[in-house]
Amino acid sequence: MKKYTFTEKLDTRSGFGAGLTELGKKNPNVVGLCADLIGSLKMGDFQKEFPDRFFQVGIAEANMIGLAAGMTIGGKIPFTGTFANFSTGRVYDQIRQSIAYSGKNVKICASHSGVTLGEDGATHQILEDIGMMKMLPHMTVINTCDYNQTKAATLAIADHHGPVYLRFGRPVLPNFTPKDQKFEIGKAVMLNEGKDVSIFATGHLVWEAILAGEMLETKGIDAEIINIHTIKPLDEQAILKSVAKTKCVVSAEEHQINGGLGDSIASLLARNTPLPMEMVAVKDSFGESGTPDELMKKYGLKAENIVEAVLKVIKRV
Amino acid sequence: MEQMVETKKDLKELKRIASQVRRDIVRMVHCCNSGHPGGSLGCTEYFVALYFQIMKYNPKKFDMNGINEDLFFLSNGHISPVWYSVLARAGYFDVNELGTFRKINSRLQGHPTTHEHLPGVRIASGSLGQGLSAAIGAAQVKKINKEDKLVYVLMGDGEQQEGQVWEAAMYAAHHKVDNLIATIDYNGQQIDGPVDKVMSLGDLAGKYKAFGWNVIEMEKGNDMEAVLNTLEKAKSLTGKKQPVMILMKTEMGYGVDFMMGSHKWHGVAPNDDQLKTALTQLEETLGDYK
Repeated sequence: MKKYTFTEKLDTRSGFGAGLTELGKKNPNVVGLCADLIGSLKMGDFQKEFPDRFFQVGIAEANMIGLAAGMTIGGKIPFTGTFANFSTGRVYDQIRQSIAYSGKNVKICASHSGVTLGEDGATHQILEDIGMMKMLPHMTVINTCDYNQTKAATLAIADHHGPVYLRFGRPVLPNFTPKDQKFEIGKAVMLNEGKDVSIFATGHLVWEAILAGEMLETKGIDAEIINIHTIKPLDEQAILKSVAKTKCVVSAEEHQINGGLGDSIASLLARNTPLPMEMVAVKDSFGESGTPDELMKKYGLKAENIVEAVLKVIKRV
Repeated sequence: MEQMVETKKDLKELKRIASQVRRDIVRMVHCCNSGHPGGSLGCTEYFVALYFQIMKYNPKKFDMNGINEDLFFLSNGHISPVWYSVLARAGYFDVNELGTFRKINSRLQGHPTTHEHLPGVRIASGSLGQGLSAAIGAAQVKKINKEDKLVYVLMGDGEQQEGQVWEAAMYAAHHKVDNLIATIDYNGQQIDGPVDKVMSLGDLAGKYKAFGWNVIEMEKGNDMEAVLNTLEKAKSLTGKKQPVMILMKTEMGYGVDFMMGSHKWHGVAPNDDQLKTALTQLEETLGDYK
């Protein structure tokens, strides 16, 4: 098992904030919009440096999505920022009509996704957003795993013409991917080559998958671990290549079991090469208040849960 | 801008265009046996005034970004027939394409969309309440780009029941979006009946004023001269740190006697006999589309 080290733990949302500020310097067409969550989204530096290109929208997310769509007309690249819940479920129809169907070059940037937002509880812990966004035709859906990757993704999506949903979160996590990495939309990242099982993880669960790989190694299981940062378009080639070797699959994500990364992979396998698969995800339930770690444990999203799923799926081969 | 069309017309000519647009509208909805003639007929003067007199734009070389052009957004997308007719008559596309309205493989979808790349349309609308936000965004970009052109948007009165409209209204005043002229088609009708019965808007002018808008109340939205004068007045009120709103009283179905004054023709197409009757009331002035 390849060793992954890190010097510090950081939040993915700060990666977004840093990326956005860098983008502001690089690309004069980038504009920022925020619905009264500048601090939470780490958009303060962008606001300070580019006040003419930053728009405080107030607590009015539907309007923010419409404004962003309108701002593409005239050549701007709007980045909207609010919590994942208010970025998607609250404004689904606005995204559908004014952005996706209209083919607008808007980047919907969403923090506080999943249960790891913690104590605020289920009203704010959206676990359905990947599903909603990936259902929209031509929407790109990205869920990054650490600070460096989130920053790189923020920079990369500005160069991609079309609507993007960028999902990140609140908790601090090991910052283990390379600094100044090149982020390729739709290109899976091989973290560990193995032969016994393919673990496909996204977002905060990528680090858990690495921990699971180390635990599996002590049990003599050689896990292939792949970071699927782009859920749509899915890197089908990378997935099919991996499973051709391992013959069994575990997916891991901080999302509902319905509609997430696991669903996309299961559909791909069913259409190409049906294989035993287990999904580590939230099992048709809302979240609740608690610390991020307590919630990850209670909702079965820890490395131990990935190990358990691997042991189960291997028996099914 | 030398590319811009010369849009100045005399009043008589504008009325002739309006008559032809109304013929287009009833023929389009009759042909596909669906669509929304009522609001389309009621807003004909507004559209003709905008596209043939007020706005500066380039129909021959449609560009999504519309830099240095006036822009128009239709928020109540269901009155697409009047917009399509005016876009075609203004030169954005061949008038004969109007015959494809609402048919399979057409660029003239039931509600306007950019998806099929119809020149003149810059965003999809149909699900109500979204157009004002988009227009405000486009207007702010014109400011960033240091353009002096204006952004126009039309909404329905029933549409004012959507909450997003008021989010946008609050925003436009707060951010002093004063290169925007919004208009509400104040015909008092919506699908289920009179607006006052379905969900009354109360003092609509007062509401927009309280939100910080400069409000113009126009009584004669089907009088071409009144529409032109009001739009010119609205233009004179731009650049004064306030968004501008025109409450435009119109009559749904205007120009076709049996369609006037009722919500019943909101979304119903005329049958063969009704079409014949309607066309006898509307002079063919520019030649019907094939």
